[in-house]
Amino acid sequence: MLSISNLGVIFTQYDQGLRRKQLTVITALDLDVQAGEVVAVVGASGSGKSLLAHALLGILPENAAMSGTLQFQGEPLTPERSRSLRGKAIALIPQSVGYLDPLMRVGKQVQRVAQLAGQSKANASTSVDRTFARYDLPMATRDRYPFELSGGMARRILVSTAVVTQAQLVIADEPTPGLHPDVVRETLSHLRELAREGRGVILITHDIEAALQIADRVAVFYAGTTVEIAASKDFSLGNLRHPYTQALWRSLPQNEFVPVPGNQPSPEHLPEGCLFSDRCPWVSDICRAERPPLRQLPRIG
Amino acid sequence: MQIRLLLVFAAQKLLRLGRLLMAVAVFTFVLLSFSPIDPVKAYIGADMMQISADQQALIAERWGLDQPMWSRFLDWLGQLLQGNLGTSLVFNQPVSEVIASRFQASLQMLAIAWLLSGLLGLALGLIAGALEGHWIDRLIRLYAYTLASSPTFWVALLLLIVFAVSFKIAPICCAAPPGVLSQNVTFWQHLHHLLLPAVALSIIGIANIALHTRQKLIDVLHSDYVLFARAQGESLWNIVRYHGFRNILLPAITLQFASLSELFGGSVLVEQVFAYPGLGEATVQAALRSDIPLLVGIVFFSALFVYTGNTLADLSYPIIDPRIRLGGQ
Repeated sequence: MLSISNLGVIFTQYDQGLRRKQLTVITALDLDVQAGEVVAVVGASGSGKSLLAHALLGILPENAAMSGTLQFQGEPLTPERSRSLRGKAIALIPQSVGYLDPLMRVGKQVQRVAQLAGQSKANASTSVDRTFARYDLPMATRDRYPFELSGGMARRILVSTAVVTQAQLVIADEPTPGLHPDVVRETLSHLRELAREGRGVILITHDIEAALQIADRVAVFYAGTTVEIAASKDFSLGNLRHPYTQALWRSLPQNEFVPVPGNQPSPEHLPEGCLFSDRCPWVSDICRAERPPLRQLPRIG
Repeated sequence: MQIRLLLVFAAQKLLRLGRLLMAVAVFTFVLLSFSPIDPVKAYIGADMMQISADQQALIAERWGLDQPMWSRFLDWLGQLLQGNLGTSLVFNQPVSEVIASRFQASLQMLAIAWLLSGLLGLALGLIAGALEGHWIDRLIRLYAYTLASSPTFWVALLLLIVFAVSFKIAPICCAAPPGVLSQNVTFWQHLHHLLLPAVALSIIGIANIALHTRQKLIDVLHSDYVLFARAQGESLWNIVRYHGFRNILLPAITLQFASLSELFGGSVLVEQVFAYPGLGEATVQAALRSDIPLLVGIVFFSALFVYTGNTLADLSYPIIDPRIRLGGQ
């Protein structure tokens, strides 16, 4: 339903005085999502995960320019189309309760989301009731303010905002950090459920473990490029292809717990060739000179 | 429980007010004691030449001016606590009566100016903040900066020149047409005389409130919850309507009540320019003609007035912000 190829995002900033500076924050992202599947997007901070979500929703800052091809349900996803689809066909599940208006009752906020998705006020109200019931949220929750919610309740309300819209594509941006393991499990199962209903789900996270629990496939981002898209089971089977993915896997506490040496390059000093070249154990002269394109590899094993 | 909390709140506020007024009393007394104004001279005025030095000394002794400062202060404080603010030399009336009647005249002007500056400032601030960087925003900012940096009396004079002298649609001075007895002044005549001073006074407040509202709205528009609202397809104006307004209300109200003190200060200048017989004009007279009792009375009254304004702002917070209302429970 969604296919992204070679997405680039450039920020234009004013440096000193009137000198303009171009910052390449996303170099070449590739991703595709089918209806009914959960695709996890993992990567370190600054790898372009959240910006991808913002690009899909057309909420990048005004100084951003996009390149590459985006296709949603068979048609090009232009910024104009994003604007008309967001909140209706594409929904965002935000990171934390900080994404809710602190001074508005949560029931009203979720109802507003349903209304923006095209439902009448009365229908929207029923949708909220139905959705809250589905997630075991007591009716009194509607009258609560965000600061009165427990961590688990807040998560379920944030998931509700996507569920009331009937959106076919749901983007969950870092839905799990700082939560109790039970709440993490519950949130992940809710996302899996959304996929079972036939929606496409993008799970943006830096928690590989969480991603592997529910995702069908995992896309690994590094410095604004997709370095690998692998099936979830490839991780535990050791069928990983890219040295960065392998290093990430090894860095998990339950595996070898060895950190990946070096740092992700900053958008201000991107290397000429492959963005991972300065940390890559297999680096060669060719990849120092030019960036290798993403290739389809045969299944291993 | 609620009532007990309210009583505790009221008691705390009263205690603080008492402390504040005490501090004001000490400062006023000490400052005036060291001021070059001689109370005897101020009292006698132009007839000074006809009064002998012995008689002057006699008056000074009768008033207790030969006593040390602290004993005079205690005397004065004792009278003050009994509600005796003394008699105004300029108006030859008890100070409390002068303040009451003068404040009534000022209050209407202050109220109009306060509402005008609040509403217009809020509206302009919202428009400028929502359209950050747009030429409309620049225009509003230019207007606000210009006004914020122009002196009140100058703006008042300018208004007077344009509307009273050139267009002749506003009266040139005073609270009523000359030669009309105060009981015969109609409501419209009254309003007619009130309007220009009130507008002059509000213009200054507008700039301040507009600039603060603009900045606060910009902060709100860059918040996570507005980003989420945009992701839901909410339009800019609906974001301002549903989220912006709600979230800037608290700082706006704080500012609005805090502006009471500025308005009060501004009224001194504006009333002087328009010769409007309000409390501000009485302040100038009291100061110019060394009317110490009246000056002290006005100092006390203004402290009380500003304190009341700030307390009202405090009281409004729990009504507006659920985090304050419910968070403490």
